[in-house]
Amino acid sequence: MAFSLTEYAKDSVLAVQEYSILSWRSLANLASHPRYPADILQQMDIIGVGSLPIVILTGFFTGAVLALQSANSLARFGALSFTGQLVSMSMVRELGPVLTSLMVAGRNSSGMASELGSMQVTEQIDAMRALGTDPIRKLVTPRLTATMFMLFFLTILSDLVGLAGGSMIASLLLRLDLNEYWTSAWQTLRYADVFMGLIKPVLFGFIIATVGCYYGLSAKGGTQGVGRATTQAVVAASVFILAVDLVVTRLLMVLLGPL
Amino acid sequence: MSATSQNGMAKAVVFEDVSLRFDEQVVLDGLSFELEHGATKVLLGVAGSGKTTILKLTLGLLRPDSGRIIVLGEEVTAMREAQLFELRRRIGMVFQESALFDSLPVEDNVAFRLNEEKVPQAEIRQRVLEALRFVEMEHSLKLFPAELSGGMRRRVAIARAIVSNPEVLLYDSPTAGLDPVTSTTIVELLVKQRDVYKTSALLVTHRLQDAFTMATNYFDKEKNKMVEVPRGWDWDSKTSFLVLKDGKSLFEGDAAEIANSRSEYIREYLAL
Repeated sequence: MAFSLTEYAKDSVLAVQEYSILSWRSLANLASHPRYPADILQQMDIIGVGSLPIVILTGFFTGAVLALQSANSLARFGALSFTGQLVSMSMVRELGPVLTSLMVAGRNSSGMASELGSMQVTEQIDAMRALGTDPIRKLVTPRLTATMFMLFFLTILSDLVGLAGGSMIASLLLRLDLNEYWTSAWQTLRYADVFMGLIKPVLFGFIIATVGCYYGLSAKGGTQGVGRATTQAVVAASVFILAVDLVVTRLLMVLLGPL
Repeated sequence: MSATSQNGMAKAVVFEDVSLRFDEQVVLDGLSFELEHGATKVLLGVAGSGKTTILKLTLGLLRPDSGRIIVLGEEVTAMREAQLFELRRRIGMVFQESALFDSLPVEDNVAFRLNEEKVPQAEIRQRVLEALRFVEMEHSLKLFPAELSGGMRRRVAIARAIVSNPEVLLYDSPTAGLDPVTSTTIVELLVKQRDVYKTSALLVTHRLQDAFTMATNYFDKEKNKMVEVPRGWDWDSKTSFLVLKDGKSLFEGDAAEIANSRSEYIREYLAL
């Protein structure tokens, strides 16, 4: 028992160390040549454009249900007109970034883990190293850059679509004035809210790409290993995103002032 | 410069007292050998005797626990990963399962290294065609690896390894799992590479007949095929054998020496 516990502890520490080295090297590669603009563009297309439908749908329904739920509570205090503000604050500060990231994690962390995992178990990663090309530079860095960049814009889009979803509920079900909804939604936002809402996707994008690539590159044991890596990547990325979200939210609240 | 590193300069590959273990299992135990420039060394041994590991160590894909490895005058064991990429561009490796990039067509697979080195496109195309013609695969430029047979994949892998005219070639069981006819085609390619381009090579194989074919044939440029060396010819095939057992070198020598070896283990191995 003691033996297996030590082994487990050793393995965990090793995993954290390897993940940290991978993260560091994939970022440090940005500072030197060669860079792979074509690969970055291709990944932007896969991650950004490919995630559009899922992000739009998620954002829309989240905004809509948020309006519905908050109206239910607000009506008890006779504050139904605050619906726009509540939807806007929740979407921009929290739900837009987090839900978009979770969706993209489900889609792309798994994609990266299975793609790089298949390459790992079929020795294509070793072949790339043997051909004198750094797989971290060629495979991980473009995915990292593309995810961080595209998640930023996907989040903005998700926020907007979420507000639109909320406005649909507000006007069709709650019979609120649309003009009032949008004005209050807009005016309640301060720079601190927007800053918080847009720094998060950059951090989450980093998590999605590095976790996905880490599990892919450390895949072992044939197709079964690739399957395991894929599942683990999604689970780890999702939990990591939610945990970092809590820490970052608290930290930014302290730094930027309350509310 | 010390005597050993000068010695290392003169050789293509040098292993000095190299040891490696994976967890509790000893893979290499103080292995030493040298590969001369232009020579071919055939690595023999039962499955799991560390043959593939030797190739990966030569490329710096793995690191030994102790000992020194010098390739083309550079001490691989003392280099960092970032420095190794430069050296690896001078070495070609053919992986056992070919390890072609399955999302790229044959053409881009072979061109991979040239693209990385930013060689002009016209030159890349010409060199890729040349390499594919060498392995007689010039008609499959646009095909994907999944569309090729095992033997064809192996040939494309050879083309990918030789396209940049490497100084050392590492072949990992290039004939494993192939039918005898295709195997002979592959061996002929290795002989051609050895005799026409004088490339140094380490060859891992399970098939003894392939190793003996390499030692007893030469490439006739005029006939454009492999020909058996006639008896009585004073001809050096530059092909030697290294038999591994328990992570150590059990035997080192040429074809005649291994055939006449008195070691029971080798006799048994040869009979297989």
